[in-house]
Formats: sequence, structure tokens, C-alpha cells
Amino acid sequence: MLAKALAIGLGSIGTGLGIGFIGAKAMEAIGRNPEASGKVLVPMLLACAFAEAIAIYALVIAFSIK
Amino acid sequence: MSAENTTETTEIIHENTLYAEPVFHVGEFPITNSMLSAWLVVILVVVLALSLRKKIKLIPTGLQNILEVVFEAGFGIFDSVTGSRKKSMQFAPFVLAFFFFVLLNNWLGLLPGVGSIGQIVQSGHEKFFVPYLRGGTADLNTTLALATIAVVTSHVVGVVFVGWWKYLNKFINFKILLEIPKKIIKDPTILLVNPIKFFVGLIEIIGELAKIASLSFRLFGNIFAGEVLLASMSAILAFGLPVPFMFLEIIVGLIQALIFSILVLIYMSISTTAEEH
Repeated sequence: MLAKALAIGLGSIGTGLGIGFIGAKAMEAIGRNPEASGKVLVPMLLACAFAEAIAIYALVIAFSIK
Repeated sequence: MSAENTTETTEIIHENTLYAEPVFHVGEFPITNSMLSAWLVVILVVVLALSLRKKIKLIPTGLQNILEVVFEAGFGIFDSVTGSRKKSMQFAPFVLAFFFFVLLNNWLGLLPGVGSIGQIVQSGHEKFFVPYLRGGTADLNTTLALATIAVVTSHVVGVVFVGWWKYLNKFINFKILLEIPKKIIKDPTILLVNPIKFFVGLIEIIGELAKIASLSFRLFGNIFAGEVLLASMSAILAFGLPVPFMFLEIIVGLIQALIFSILVLIYMSISTTAEEH
């Protein structure tokens, strides 16, 4: 049980930071150039999903630990 | 996960397993619930496509209208990836097929009744609940198959577009090894640089395997985690609480389908551009 918790807990630290940075930079970009918000959105979501995938790997590991 | 007490023999065990459970067998071949729902999606897509094919008009109405909006938006994204409309027209049928298949599979798993209607199977002393349907992409086999098809096709397309000798040299770089004796007098450092380049090419082969792993695990993990999330939320409080998570899962299903298809497109467009350093 502890191993499961550690796997997902440690695995999501980096992901949380990563998604935070992505969101912060996207906000910054929109703040500089508000007309570009439509163009920023899709690449931002893509990058978020890439970062999120790492947490998902940790989650799969957490599920598969018996 | 609503894992019930396993020691009691009368209790029916209902938990989200990592693998898809077999519903029935054809000979020795097990038909799993994920397979059934994937076939359902295939039938749905085929019926939709065939029924729409007859009715395509210059001035669109109804469903054609909606699909044209999707295609417009899709081509806009495709053009920004491939760089030319001609290339995106060539890859679009393949990539959009992936998109619709993955999207419908993701959303099928969210429908009520999928994962909650099933049969009870006795194995040993325990009774297991096996649902008839389970989201197709919530099974690693489906996503692994999709990812393998995508990556293999990107290589085939690369060979067709670039030529097999040039394409082979992306991975096993004979060209650079053959260059050494020609240029060694002019530039002795080539003896050090080119073997490194050769090994970089070999590492790319591992990168290709990593592509398959990351594509399949990303999709499977997201959808499976969504199912587990919904199940555990309904276990906490079944009334109202799962609704916002349902919305989240609808968005996740769309985004994952988009990411899967865009990554396929990126792999294809990378493999069709000849490497120039």
C-alpha cells in the first residue's frame, strides 16, 4: 500500500511542477500578446498532456503494484 | 476501486482490473469486453461513413455540417504540423481515422451501462463481476496495437517518400562510415565525429520503441485512470459527485484522441522529411 502511494506521490511532483510552468508561461505569453490566446491554447494543451503522461505512467505503476 | 472483502465467498467482487476480462470464448480464443466495444465502435464508424457517403451535398446540412467543422479545424492543425496542405491531404485519412476511432472509444467507455452491465463469473471460491462492455482504449492491448500500427506505418511512409537507402541511413548510418576514408586526409577529426554520429543513429532505433511505449501507455493510462477515478468517486457518493469528473473525462477523451492523432501525424511528417544536418 505504501509503495503504491509513494509511486504516484513522487511521480506527480515533477508533473505538477511541469504543468505549473507550462501554464505560467502560457499566461505570460497571452499577457504579452492577448490576440495570440487562440494560437497558444492548443500547443499548451498538447504540452500539458505530455507532462501529464508522466504522472499517468506513475499511476499505471501504482495500479500494477500488488 | 471498489474492492470488496475477498475472504467472504458469497460476496461478488467488482473491481477495475488492469486487463480486459474475457466475456466468452470462440474455440480457444477469448473475446474480451474491450474487444467487443472496439468492434462496436468500428461498426458505428463504418455505418456512419457509409450512410453519409450517399448524402454528401455541396451545401451541407446536419451531421455533414458538424463533420465539416471538425475537418476544417483538423486541417488547420495538420497544416501547422506538416507545413503544406498537400502533405496534410495525403496523411489526413489515416490520421483522422485514428482520431475518430480513439475518440469514440474513449467516449463509449463513459456511457452509462458500459462497465456496469455484465455477468457474474465463478472462479474458485470467488465470484467475479465481468462487465459486457469496457472502453476499448481502457485496455493496453488496444492501445498497443494502435501505437504499433501508427509507428510501423510512419516507417513505411518514410521509406516510400524518402527512399529506402536514405531512410535506412537515418538509423544505421552506413553513409557516414563510408565517408571516413574519403575525407580523412583533409579532416582527421572525422575519425572521432563520425562513429559518434553512427551511434546516435543506433540510439534512434531505441527511440522508435519508446515511441510505441509512450503512445500506448499515455492513452491507456489516461482512459483507465479516468475509469478508476469515476468508479472511486461513485463509491464515495453516487449522487451528483461524479458529474464534474464526467465532464473532465469527456474533455480528457477528446484531448487524448487529439494528441494521439497529432503525434501520429508528427511521426509521419518527421519520417517523410529527409534528414539534413
